[in-house]
Amino acid sequence: MAKRKSIANELPAEPPSARRPRAVVVGASSGIGAAIARRLAAGGYIVAALARRKNELDKLCNGINRAAGETRALAYQHDAMDLASIPLTFQGLLKDLGGIDALVYVAGVTLKVEMDEFNLEKDRQMIETNLMGAVAWLGAGAALFQRMKAGTLVGISSVAGDRGRVLNPAYNASKAGLDAYLEALRNRLTRHGAHVLTVKPGFVDTEMLKATPRKFGVISPERVAAGVWSAMRSRKQLVYLPWYWRWIMLAVRTTPSFIFRRLSF
Amino acid sequence: MTPQLQTALPLQRLARLDNFGRSLRRGAYLYQPSRVEQLHDLFELARRQGLSIGLRGAGRSYGDAALNSGQIVLDLQGLNGVLHWDAQRGRITVEPGVTIEQLWKKVLVDGWWPPVVPGTMYPTLGGCLAANIHGKNNWQTGPLGEHILEFAVLLPNGKQVTCSPKKNKDLFYAMIGGMGLLGVFTSITLQLKQIYSGDLEVKAWVEPNLLGMLRAVDQHRESDYVVGWVDCTAGGRGLGRGQIHEARYLKPGEDRDPDATLRVGYQDLPDRFFGLVPKGMLPPLMAPFVNNFGAWGVNTTKYFANSTIGNRKTHRQSLVAFNFLLDYIPGWERIYGRGGLIQYQSFLPKDSAADAYMEMLDLCKRRGLPSYLAVLKRHRPDKFLLSHAVDGFSLALDFRVTRGNRARLLQLAAEMDRIVMKSGGRFYFAKDSTLRRDEVGGFLGMKTVQQFKTLKNKLDPDKILQTDLFRRCFG
Repeated sequence: MAKRKSIANELPAEPPSARRPRAVVVGASSGIGAAIARRLAAGGYIVAALARRKNELDKLCNGINRAAGETRALAYQHDAMDLASIPLTFQGLLKDLGGIDALVYVAGVTLKVEMDEFNLEKDRQMIETNLMGAVAWLGAGAALFQRMKAGTLVGISSVAGDRGRVLNPAYNASKAGLDAYLEALRNRLTRHGAHVLTVKPGFVDTEMLKATPRKFGVISPERVAAGVWSAMRSRKQLVYLPWYWRWIMLAVRTTPSFIFRRLSF
Repeated sequence: MTPQLQTALPLQRLARLDNFGRSLRRGAYLYQPSRVEQLHDLFELARRQGLSIGLRGAGRSYGDAALNSGQIVLDLQGLNGVLHWDAQRGRITVEPGVTIEQLWKKVLVDGWWPPVVPGTMYPTLGGCLAANIHGKNNWQTGPLGEHILEFAVLLPNGKQVTCSPKKNKDLFYAMIGGMGLLGVFTSITLQLKQIYSGDLEVKAWVEPNLLGMLRAVDQHRESDYVVGWVDCTAGGRGLGRGQIHEARYLKPGEDRDPDATLRVGYQDLPDRFFGLVPKGMLPPLMAPFVNNFGAWGVNTTKYFANSTIGNRKTHRQSLVAFNFLLDYIPGWERIYGRGGLIQYQSFLPKDSAADAYMEMLDLCKRRGLPSYLAVLKRHRPDKFLLSHAVDGFSLALDFRVTRGNRARLLQLAAEMDRIVMKSGGRFYFAKDSTLRRDEVGGFLGMKTVQQFKTLKNKLDPDKILQTDLFRRCFG
């Protein structure tokens, strides 16, 4: 991670009892992550934006800071697949920000696989980014929030986690794993007063969508960010975005296997 | 990606730490050494991790003095050994985690008492010395630091140094009151005061307004202790009215049975209020009164009760009961609810105090933010580098913090800061949670701040010792 000298002097001065909340967004350089970072900053958060691509990240943070007229977003170059670097990056963020009130894990990849393709390298990449990176980040966040008896963990999962389908088994598995992990964290943390939110967007207009063959009802990342923001504020446990995906996925989940395994979506 | 040369601190070390006012909740990596030798390794650990260390005693600072958000905090309460006790001369050498409670319980039976104690017995001596606390006798005895014969300190560079008013004088006067930012006390030698009874002779009476209060506190300087409780909810001509408590130690022979009053058991605080209400029940019973209307009711009732029952009468009270008023209700700070409280204590020279305090109390009333509990004391200057004392008075105002009033309260604090600054006043780091760097430079003087920073750079060039207060006020 990029070494920074005293962050404290970059951030706006504030009395201790009126400190702005701090958020970490992992996977912030584009799409949903960037939209969430912007939404949190607009809502008064100081946002640490993490992503692999430094240029996009800097552009995002500069945009946020210009709009706010003060430093609200800090850029950190980070690769969520580099699991070994996560504990120290987390420690560094905690130091720089002086605390974390919300941690949003957005980083995720979908790689296009053919119906007859079984590619360990692609599968590994998806599972490491979508699941292992999430476990490393959200687990560290959970350890903090459990002790703080406060805090919001957000995992951006997908409707794809609700059922294993023919198109992309490893992607389904990574998101299903993330769903279970988030649910387990929720069960651990709720009794300590912390909040865990699972977000399941449908089709969102991002780079990831290019790998998806069939799509409908595509929404903008800003709409996802708005949905996440209101779900964070109202302490919802699970949101489908847009809302109708809850009913679509209910139908998908309840479709019996003898039918489902004959479908090609 | 560069290869990882170090591993992160274990997540199990993360802990939530609050300030005493419970208005701040901060996460940090918490370490609790039980031996002085461990301190050296912990400094090394911090240096390797690129993190700073904040020192913490019992966590009784009202503000952010014992917090180091997101970094390492050393809780020194485990270093609580009494190293040497000379009951003939009243000299005690202790580790920094020894509390005021431990201290008085140790020395009382031999006829000694700490010459300076705060309003509660739970802080550690290391913390008290770092803040250079004062008691209700500050104009008589000075702060705690003036009764320290010697202390040993571990500097962030690993050196062990012994300081006294003669030896390493600069460090002695900077470390006491230095808020734990220059080194860690490893042993402290204190001269105690000889007493001939476990009781004090106490007299209490009411004064009808702030001028009366200030005059009374000023005129009874021959007493050993004087403290005023101020009703900040009264307005008009009653603005700043309150009750004065004056006390003096008993002379040899005045207590007919000193062996009885110098026992720890005799000193125990009552466990019931008015002989009826168990203390544990008080916080929930008080909850409905922690608002402007309730506080007005309580303060007014107290004032009129004080002005009839026992007014101007003298009575004997145990040292503990008189000194540790704050300990009557265990966990009283919790009464203020989720948002906690902030205490705003300002120290004003005697000539400007009356006008400035009138202006402040009036301002609080006008803003609809009266203090629910206020305490007035008399002070004198001292020689310590970061000193809060003046030849004058201090007024400590407790305010409840809520979601709704937070912004207005900070605004009020800023307005009061301006009054204090223009009146030549000072502030106290053990209490403060609102000052900014320019204001700190303003009341201490830029020369003093520079002197402190120079010393800090010399002793701790890597800035290993830091707290939230350090970054806010000196960063």
